Amino acid sequence: GFVPLYQTWESFYSWYVYRRIQDCFCRPVSGVPGAKMVVIDRESNDHRWSFQYTGGHSTVLNFGSYNYLGFSQNSGPCAEEVEQTIKNYGVSVCGSRQELGYLDLHKQMDRLVADYLGVEDAYTVPMGFATNSMNIPSLVGKGCLILSDELNHASLILGCRLSGAKIKTFKHNCMKDLEKNLREAIVDKQPRTHRPWKKILIVVEGVYSMEGSIVKLPEVLRLKKKYKAYLYLDEAHSIGAIGPHGKGVVDYFGLNPRDVDIMMGTFTKSFGAVGGYIGGSQALVNHLRLYSHSAIYSSSMAPGVAQQIVSSMNIMLGRDGTREGEKRIQQLKWNTRYFRRRLQEMGFILYGNKDSPVVPLLMFMPSKIAKFSRESLNRGMGVVVVGFPATPMTKCRARFCLSASHTKEMLDEALQITSDIGDLLAIKYSKAEPPSYSENDVPLVEDS
Amino acid sequence: MYDMFQALLQAPSYHLFFEALLIIWIFKLLFFSKAYAPESVLTEKEKEELIAEWQPEPLAPEIPDDHPVLMAMENNIITGKPGKYVTINGKSCVNMATLNFLGMAGNPSVEAEAIKTLKKYGVGSCGPRGFYGTMDVHLELEDKIAKFMNCEEAILYAFGFATIASAIPAYSKRGDVIFADEGVCFAIQKGLVASRSKIKWFKHNDMEDLERLLIEQAKEDKKNPKKAKVTRRFLVVEGLYINYGDLCPLPKLVELKWKYKVRLFLEESLSFGILGSNGKGVTEHYNISPDDIDLIAASLENAIGSTGGFCCGKKYIVDHQRLSGLGYCFSASLPPMLATAAIESLRLIDEKPGMLVELRENCEKIHSKLSDINGTVIVGEPISPVKHIRLAEPSTDRDFDVQTLQKIADLSRDNKVAVTLARYLEEEEHKLPLPSIRISVNNQLSDEEIDTVFTTLSEAFQKIITH
Repeated sequence: GFVPLYQTWESFYSWYVYRRIQDCFCRPVSGVPGAKMVVIDRESNDHRWSFQYTGGHSTVLNFGSYNYLGFSQNSGPCAEEVEQTIKNYGVSVCGSRQELGYLDLHKQMDRLVADYLGVEDAYTVPMGFATNSMNIPSLVGKGCLILSDELNHASLILGCRLSGAKIKTFKHNCMKDLEKNLREAIVDKQPRTHRPWKKILIVVEGVYSMEGSIVKLPEVLRLKKKYKAYLYLDEAHSIGAIGPHGKGVVDYFGLNPRDVDIMMGTFTKSFGAVGGYIGGSQALVNHLRLYSHSAIYSSSMAPGVAQQIVSSMNIMLGRDGTREGEKRIQQLKWNTRYFRRRLQEMGFILYGNKDSPVVPLLMFMPSKIAKFSRESLNRGMGVVVVGFPATPMTKCRARFCLSASHTKEMLDEALQITSDIGDLLAIKYSKAEPPSYSENDVPLVEDS
Repeated sequence: MYDMFQALLQAPSYHLFFEALLIIWIFKLLFFSKAYAPESVLTEKEKEELIAEWQPEPLAPEIPDDHPVLMAMENNIITGKPGKYVTINGKSCVNMATLNFLGMAGNPSVEAEAIKTLKKYGVGSCGPRGFYGTMDVHLELEDKIAKFMNCEEAILYAFGFATIASAIPAYSKRGDVIFADEGVCFAIQKGLVASRSKIKWFKHNDMEDLERLLIEQAKEDKKNPKKAKVTRRFLVVEGLYINYGDLCPLPKLVELKWKYKVRLFLEESLSFGILGSNGKGVTEHYNISPDDIDLIAASLENAIGSTGGFCCGKKYIVDHQRLSGLGYCFSASLPPMLATAAIESLRLIDEKPGMLVELRENCEKIHSKLSDINGTVIVGEPISPVKHIRLAEPSTDRDFDVQTLQKIADLSRDNKVAVTLARYLEEEEHKLPLPSIRISVNNQLSDEEIDTVFTTLSEAFQKIITH
């Protein structure tokens, strides 16, 4: 007969461990995932092999969706412009960029992204995941070396594998390990043939989504310049979310964006749209326009989505004439500092930098994550919990994603709920000193 | 113990002498020998010199701003809706280029649905499917697709290319064997590379070649039955090939599947919503039950006029992708307004299967007309909505042919018929097809428009080739 499709030992985790807590994941949502969201209630009568809908809805605080600047809105200037664009350009384009799918709207969007980042030109792709998996292969190939951080996202790992280059990982955010690997690579050259490497590419992320840590960019740039390597910076979670002007981790450290060879990012998290971009020098972008897989084999971005990106970036750059962009950035920063300070004072262990809007709260025991998730949903807050295999088995965590659209009252309610559950589950492990930073250093922009 | 002591006393002295030497030598090796030093330990100074000397290649090669493809893109910027007519540089041309087969890209009711959804859900879904990115519209679309295709379950992806490129590596791992047609599209090729399995290519649509490979594999399996029991075997084909415009011989493939016990993955991006009397794809066209196919994958970016893709099949098979499909788990979900646009398109196809008949008639009309153009060969089935026009006498230089075809495309665009060349990544394709102009037919073309297309293309070919 047929060879079995799944080996039993491969499915052990998904059938016997994941299935028991499956109600904590893939919760269906109805309506816009803004500061509050409507979760559709469901229950299971057969130990979570399948779910039935009870017909009820719960409105809960949304700390699970990626909505850092609060652009996930169904009304307002962005939504109006998107509606107009759908009427003018239709719903989709049905053609790839090189085969008559290139709208003037795409050209405008590329230009705007380049202005936002401060680079020469930019190239956009309709899917964030595909930006990595389709473009890394056109930049490096066989005979090149990729040094990637051990906690990089699956899309980066897939892109690196598809390129055919040799991949070496270095310890998370450890600059000593990176330097050691760089020196060894140049001195020892390719294994077996001992030819020198054609290119060395360092792949790091701006803000790591499971850790909340910010990459040590000044050090990485220093190493990159010393050893003549190229830097690929994936700013999926940091563009729009950190930095005094919301321009990402380069802005946060006050560095020159032209120093980073390839600045990649996505529009999903901060701009309320979908898709990704790659920014860099004109030569790089021309090369991608010709040789990227997405320019030839996939249809270009839907016009409505492109307009959402254009509108939200115009607001962030202040080109709409208001201070709305600045207000959102400052609100997010204030929210981040306040939330982190209060959680640390309560005694929770948090990972990550004090400025990162991704707040992982450590729980360590895999069984506690299910209880945390169910309790918080019952009490009116939706959070994301992660366990194996996204994190090591003993470092399970709950992850809060803050947003500029959260008000102080919402944060206080969330903190109260978290504190109650923390007492219930006994996860207030921290014995550290209370934090020294405070949200009072962040000036908020008042409504005029 | 006592026996051993007695034996020691009775042993001859030379034996004891050799034993003692051996023990001393082992002792010396263990504790007193220097570790072997590698001959080429470099000093710090030499390392610094090597580091200073090494020069990497430039990250991206210098490309002149007037590269033909870049120029072609800049000269063909579209303003306005790319529906039946597309406005390029201010001129309104008949659109024979974008894959808008059923006219859904300009359909007002599809747009109205998208705007309605926008007002309820916003634009983006702000999260992957596992973390509050699952909207009720996604679940509704999956349900509708499963019912439409008579399958148990469907899974929705946010991007057409990522659909098949994530589905194949979810099932096929290192050590498995995949039989793939040589003419498959690039997305499938990337999925095959990502799976790290052993790929066996068979000649395009050549069932004898495939059977030969299957028989070879069966022989190898007999030699090593233990390994054969855990090696999964897959067969990956497309329903309607985008590079060649022809159908796969599905009945024969299903027969081979049951005979040699391989699992069949069918990619239906160009046949979903187009072939079959109700648009259910190549399975309906050949009157084969979808239960015989293990996995059907398709992109929603062609006939359905939205974005994204789906896989459908038995629940047992499709559910696996919810945890192991990379493009599903680690990517944000489809924007809700594009999901409802797809639901509306499906509803329209269900309601008015007459659209499919119109499309088929237009395809056949265009096929017969275009076969009359001098100096060209038309590639593709008559009912295929995608046709390739190749030069009847290609030169030996591919670049020259591409330039010739580009001039023809430009000339015909100046005369208000928009066509495009079929573009490929020349170095990466497994089997690079010959250069061609790709025509895509849509169901709304009237007879006069078809005549215009024929005359314009014919004149353009005449002018450029006879030069």
